[in-house]
Amino acid sequence: MNSLSGPLADPSADAGYADGHPPRVGFFTDTSVCIGCKACEVACKEWNALPADGVGDHGAAGDVLGLTGMSYDNSGGLGASTYRHVAFVEQRVPARDSAPVDLGMPAMELPGAVQPGVDRDDATEVRWLMSSDVCKHCTHAACLDVCPTGSLIRTEHGTVLVQEDICNGCGYCIPACPYGVIDQRQGDGRAFKCTMCQDRLGAGLAPACATACPTESIQFGPLDELRERADARLAELHDRGVGEARLYGRDPDDGVGGDGAFFLLLDEPEVYGLPPDPVVTTRDLPSMWRHAAGAALAVAGAVAAAFLGGRR
Amino acid sequence: MSAPEHRTAAGTPRTRRRGKGRGERLMVPEAEFTSYYGRPIIKPPVWKVPDVPAYLYLGGLAGVSAPLAALADLTGRPGLRRVGRVAAAGGATLSVGFLVHDLGRPERFLHMLRVLKVTSPLSVGSWILAPFGALSGATAVAEVLGVTPRLARASGLAAGALGPALTTYTAVLVADTAVPAWHEGFRELPFVFAGSAMASGGGAGLLARGDVTPARRVAVAGAVLELAATSVLERRIGFAAKAYRSGRAGAVLTGARVGTVVGALGALASGFVRGRPGRVLGAAAGLLLNAASAATRYGIFEAGMASARDPEYTVRPQRERLEARRAEDHPAGSDR
Repeated sequence: MNSLSGPLADPSADAGYADGHPPRVGFFTDTSVCIGCKACEVACKEWNALPADGVGDHGAAGDVLGLTGMSYDNSGGLGASTYRHVAFVEQRVPARDSAPVDLGMPAMELPGAVQPGVDRDDATEVRWLMSSDVCKHCTHAACLDVCPTGSLIRTEHGTVLVQEDICNGCGYCIPACPYGVIDQRQGDGRAFKCTMCQDRLGAGLAPACATACPTESIQFGPLDELRERADARLAELHDRGVGEARLYGRDPDDGVGGDGAFFLLLDEPEVYGLPPDPVVTTRDLPSMWRHAAGAALAVAGAVAAAFLGGRR
Repeated sequence: MSAPEHRTAAGTPRTRRRGKGRGERLMVPEAEFTSYYGRPIIKPPVWKVPDVPAYLYLGGLAGVSAPLAALADLTGRPGLRRVGRVAAAGGATLSVGFLVHDLGRPERFLHMLRVLKVTSPLSVGSWILAPFGALSGATAVAEVLGVTPRLARASGLAAGALGPALTTYTAVLVADTAVPAWHEGFRELPFVFAGSAMASGGGAGLLARGDVTPARRVAVAGAVLELAATSVLERRIGFAAKAYRSGRAGAVLTGARVGTVVGALGALASGFVRGRPGRVLGAAAGLLLNAASAATRYGIFEAGMASARDPEYTVRPQRERLEARRAEDHPAGSDR
């Protein structure tokens, strides 16, 4: 079963698609090769004809370029008109003593130069983390579960899609998402999020963002294949001494049954604005209904009991 | 100490203790909290005030008024029956009105009844609210026009049977989200909402003429249940309890609690005062209980909003859960 939580091999079959439906597809976003070019953001806006929203919608005051004023980030986060968001994280970290390259030429120390890790233990350097965030297309998608109209559906490709002709803008999906992906478009009233370019998938094309990515940081394909590729990449990075590399959303045993779009990160998830241990809220729904039923029975019992005894 | 207005370099763990400077060092083992420039992780609900708090309050008022009216009808208490029927229909109608008004596309409100999904509390709720509204509305029309008392009794009983579900499904509605202050309280919130609904529905009954003893009992029992469940909630939900104690939510909930206590004591006292003064005291207590119930819903709504806006509410409990699991998997000092 595991319809509400836990590992689920084929969410499309669970949603009722017959045998022979297309394989589940997804994204593997390898942030270790992301260069922060935002081609994915632009390609997504172009293909999906999304309006500019700017960071104003997300609470920060943007300048004329829409920059957040904190980094090169000018979209702030995922939203109703931003289905790909590139996060820019600037960190001061302990300096690493990387081996100098011998150029075979006469050289001298820079005056006052500090050799990291040797002269001063507390020497630091700056590192940039860039990551292109997207809807996770969860195995157990809370947005889909709580949608009262059936506007949000599981597609034959295993992705999660909003049918905009059905959505009545109730907004329930928005706080249900543990990642803060889906949002209501101002002036429209309906909820919007990444479609994984549903209109391209049917034609055998890859989504616009993955097609535009110049470094293959965004990889698209059947989810099983992507998971193998991600495991290999992680092992390679660990061999090369990048111990901080970790996969996020890859594990089918996690709180959302694994993500359809998962990531290779170089720091803790919350650094990139991702929840460290997300759980689909509907995992607890059976217990919620039981508690609500108990409380409703208590109301019925109390009201009935209030009429017991003689009248004054 | 709240995060959104506090900008730190992203990814720089920041100590949450005072007097430790800026906490720029990476090797801070205890009580650290990181976020992406203090931005929220989950999206705060787009639900509007007063629409959604009013929808929660009115649903509770209507859900208790209906069974009160139905039993008052059966036990020959016409005053209580009349007030209960009008409150049930009025509450349900206004509640639906607020719900529709809150939609991004109000003209599509009937899409709510396109499907019935048990995984969506809003879908289940719509299927409770729609027949409840129709039944309680018909009952109230018959009451006011003074026609078809037998049909009114039948429809009133049916509405009364649906009423208790109407009071508690809204708790599941808010708890079935990623909003920390709401989700963490999913065990207690149905009882808070049930108590708050009984306080308001019973309080409304105190406005009636004639014997209002059952309404008084319901109101007092509801106030006690609400206060007890709220206190359990705040003790059991861990870090998220802060959202209920601080800021606007904390102030509103404190006020609501005072109103509930005073209202319940007034309702209790009105039972010992004979004649007109007793009725006036009861009515005042009933109105106060309704104001307190509405404030409780608004306070809970605000607590959820505050916990959604501040990423610490999302990150901290999840991080602790993760660390505890890692400690279990890799005891003492082993690698991640």
